[in-house]
Amino acid sequence: MLSEKLKERFGDRIASTEAIHGRETVLIKSDGAVDFFRALRDDPEFKFEFLMDLFAIDWLERKPRFDLVYNLKSISLGHRLFVKIQVAFPDPHVASVIDVWKSADWLERETYDMMGIRFDGHPDLRRILLYDAFVGHPLRKDYPFQKRQPLVPETDPIVHPLRPSK
Amino acid sequence: MALPARWQKPLEASDPADEIMEIQMGPSHPASHGTIKFNLKLDGEHIADCDVEVGYLHRAFEKMCEQGTWTQCFPYVDRLNYASPLINNVGFGLAVEKLLDLTIPERGQYLRVIMSEISRITDHLTCIGMGASEAGATTVAFYTLEAREPFYDLAEAVTGARLTVTWCRVGGVARDLPPDFAPRLSAALKNLDAILSDCDRLLSRNRVFIDRMSGIGTMSREDLISYGVTGPLLRAAGVPYDVRKAEPYLVYDRFDFRVPTGEHGDNYDRFKVRFEEMHQSKKILEQAMASLPEGPVSVSDPRIVLPPKERVYNSIEGLMNHFKIIMEGIKIPPGEAYSAVEGGNGELGFYVVSDGSGRPYRVRVRPPCFLAMGALNKMLIGRMIADIITTFGMINMIGGECDH
Repeated sequence: MLSEKLKERFGDRIASTEAIHGRETVLIKSDGAVDFFRALRDDPEFKFEFLMDLFAIDWLERKPRFDLVYNLKSISLGHRLFVKIQVAFPDPHVASVIDVWKSADWLERETYDMMGIRFDGHPDLRRILLYDAFVGHPLRKDYPFQKRQPLVPETDPIVHPLRPSK
Repeated sequence: MALPARWQKPLEASDPADEIMEIQMGPSHPASHGTIKFNLKLDGEHIADCDVEVGYLHRAFEKMCEQGTWTQCFPYVDRLNYASPLINNVGFGLAVEKLLDLTIPERGQYLRVIMSEISRITDHLTCIGMGASEAGATTVAFYTLEAREPFYDLAEAVTGARLTVTWCRVGGVARDLPPDFAPRLSAALKNLDAILSDCDRLLSRNRVFIDRMSGIGTMSREDLISYGVTGPLLRAAGVPYDVRKAEPYLVYDRFDFRVPTGEHGDNYDRFKVRFEEMHQSKKILEQAMASLPEGPVSVSDPRIVLPPKERVYNSIEGLMNHFKIIMEGIKIPPGEAYSAVEGGNGELGFYVVSDGSGRPYRVRVRPPCFLAMGALNKMLIGRMIADIITTFGMINMIGGECDH
């Protein structure tokens, strides 16, 4: 079992494990998560080359409020692991894993856009699917699905560039 | 309106060849199928920097799924990848069935495989045809449309619609194949074979096409993996990762097919991989049709599947059963499940969360295009502006899926 191996290797960094519906999940503490992910990628026993997906689940009433789910896949060893980090609500933020997997670039931007979770260390954390003037984070459970957005005046992208030049 | 200050400055004599020009390509550009914007910095014809902007087709797929019942998600799922809607249907159905610990009858599984492969063929035909047409080979586009049409007709005969199919259900599929399906499918496959060999002769050894495709958009295996790119793009770089082989779902493990791979990871290999995958899909379809078992296409559990219309109209139990499922939704036990299928463009995953009510608590889709688009700027920087078109064409960005 993958989760038992992980427990042996990482000890108390892993808070709990779950294996249900053919899906192995480990819940980890958020501090030092980047080192943990780097070890998962580089350790010959795990070799998770892929960060397939990254998204958040909003449990409105629960404390901490958000579950951040990392979907990891190893194609050389053929296993898949879901890693969860719980994120507390006022000022939700975690460390970015962009140095470990480049796919984290867009995935973290999307999670920021949709759920408002900030990723410390992300070099370019701005909205990706919505426009910069959008108010709120729509996938949060306290965002009403029929909410309207304020009308944004049209801007000329030449006069007001959307983002500063690099 | 006051003109911007820098426009009012006198023109300075300078060498325009030294200047970096900023240009915005899109969001609606005739040579790119799909609404997307490239914020380019050009040094002559070379791309110095490229910022890819997506989201023009964002329709809040994940939020909308949380508003209705589980069954009502299927129409939304159709509209993710509209070039292969049946694969999305199957993927979402499988994820929900995982929560229920449900296996659908054999015939239903075979039908899902058959329709998925038909969808894969239409997806690849769209990509190759449109990609070639953007590179100037419009003939090929019309040929592939001709090959695609019988498959859309088949999808219409089975599901009632060409694109907005909504054919899968939790626990099975909506309806069985029509009686004349088998001869029509073999005719469509024969037609496909003839047209593919025509396209092959038009493109594979075509000097212009090879110059536009070969060595363009190249990305190394390590980079592709780090960017999370799957599907034909990854296979074109020589990594044989295919969800149908790596984590077999439905009855894919019973069929004999090959995972074609390329070696250079450039646009030409991507084109070749897609081309070969259609032949493999054809092989799967022939095997599946030959061994198609008889039997029901859905489970018979009245808590999951709607009763037949005769019972709804003629008995109070049937009517109540129908009412409960429609109004309250299927009661999926609380939990979380992930299911991945091989979509036209790579691993298409659905992560579903249920809280035990009749509605999804959270639906997350992992769209393969989204991650491929994330790698696009890396593929383009340092290349020529004309390479955007072919590279973007071979990524086969589907707006509905990429933008959620």
